[in-house]
Amino acid sequence: MMKKELKVNAIKNGTVIDHIAAKNLFKVISILKLHKISNQITFGNNLESHKHGNKAIIKISDLLFEKNEIDKIALVAPNAVLNVIKNYEVVEKKKVNIPDEVIGIAKCFNPNCITNNESMQTRFSVLDKQKLALKCHYCEKITDEEHLYVF
Amino acid sequence: MKNKSLVSISDFSKDEILRIVELAADFEANPNQDLLAGKIVGSLFFEPSTRTRLSFETAIQRLGGRIIGFSDASSSSATKGESLKDTIKMVSNYSDLIVMRHHREGAARYASEQSSVPIINAGDGANQHPTQTLLDLYSIYKTQGTLENLNVFMVGDLKYGRTVHSLLMAMSHFNPTFNFISPNSLKMPTEYKMFLDSKNIKYYEHTEFTDILEAADILYMTRVQRERFSDHLEYEKVKNVYVLRNSMLNNTKNNLRILHPLPRVNEIHTDVDDNPKAYYFEQAKNGVFARMAIMASILGLK
Repeated sequence: MMKKELKVNAIKNGTVIDHIAAKNLFKVISILKLHKISNQITFGNNLESHKHGNKAIIKISDLLFEKNEIDKIALVAPNAVLNVIKNYEVVEKKKVNIPDEVIGIAKCFNPNCITNNESMQTRFSVLDKQKLALKCHYCEKITDEEHLYVF
Repeated sequence: MKNKSLVSISDFSKDEILRIVELAADFEANPNQDLLAGKIVGSLFFEPSTRTRLSFETAIQRLGGRIIGFSDASSSSATKGESLKDTIKMVSNYSDLIVMRHHREGAARYASEQSSVPIINAGDGANQHPTQTLLDLYSIYKTQGTLENLNVFMVGDLKYGRTVHSLLMAMSHFNPTFNFISPNSLKMPTEYKMFLDSKNIKYYEHTEFTDILEAADILYMTRVQRERFSDHLEYEKVKNVYVLRNSMLNNTKNNLRILHPLPRVNEIHTDVDDNPKAYYFEQAKNGVFARMAIMASILGLK
């Protein structure tokens, strides 16, 4: 078997987020606030992917993600896969999954919604996971992918 | 439905809607009952609304209840920067029931989660106004003798009008046929049409408002609001197209009644007012009975 050439250097311990659509790389960096942490991070963009056109990959040393953060990734990169790395080996693969209810991680696009004017948690039911349609539990308006802002 | 808040018309089932309508008829027959004696209702109008507030306050007074509250936000602590949550926590300590109008969408749902007493939504921004819907349903029931199998024509601003959206949702329990008449820019939103499709309810869309009213049982008129148009010329073009005149009612059914949530501007010509099919002023009066029914049933007094 031919040895695969790594386009982005391997990490010893941490998390590799793979299968991010290329256009969403910087959104993922922003919602995970990766620009504010001191861990070693390498990333690649516009890499060839057999599944989904051009993809991006992020490798973060010495960091694991909580469920809440994985749900955030799902909202902006629904096909992403998280690989947990220990001693250069993949010990766990997690496919992200958009939950049925999205609580406290996304902003309602309606500026007149009470959630944008009171100190409180947002809450949405997910009407469509493919096209992404989040119905606000409060103002009942639908936030779509184009208007989505993840905290 | 005891102790249940009324935030959105979809909070009430078909049976609960029918129960309110029947109770409203009881209250109309016998309007002065001391059911709310000893009760205090918080009436919180963060946004002024003469018609809805007076209708609620009349209903409370006729039932012998007392009222605390304010009629616009400038006389409330909201001007000092108090959060909605804190205001609701405080007033729900003082009262047995809260009636609230607020300018933000979703405020009523949030208040119902923070309050220890039931909340009745008297309008939250452009979102919901369920007591208007229940008084509309009572008006339809009273004039038609039923809510089932009616042909409902809705005219005007069908895009932004919260009253038509809520009425559509509520009527969907009763096998209606809808006819939507509006300019293209103010058509019924797709989400509501998809909802009707999913329930196999027939609807027809028109842009012309002429002699198509023969089949109507209910004609629900709404105001085309100037502020909905970014293009002033476009507003000037449509504002006089969707005007109901008495001459248009010549070939209509005898049981037809014309409803309007009021206030009207020019969309119903005053020559309609004396036609026995004009029902909008009685409709406003029905609001008091519908609100008596809603409060009495939420407090478990009926």
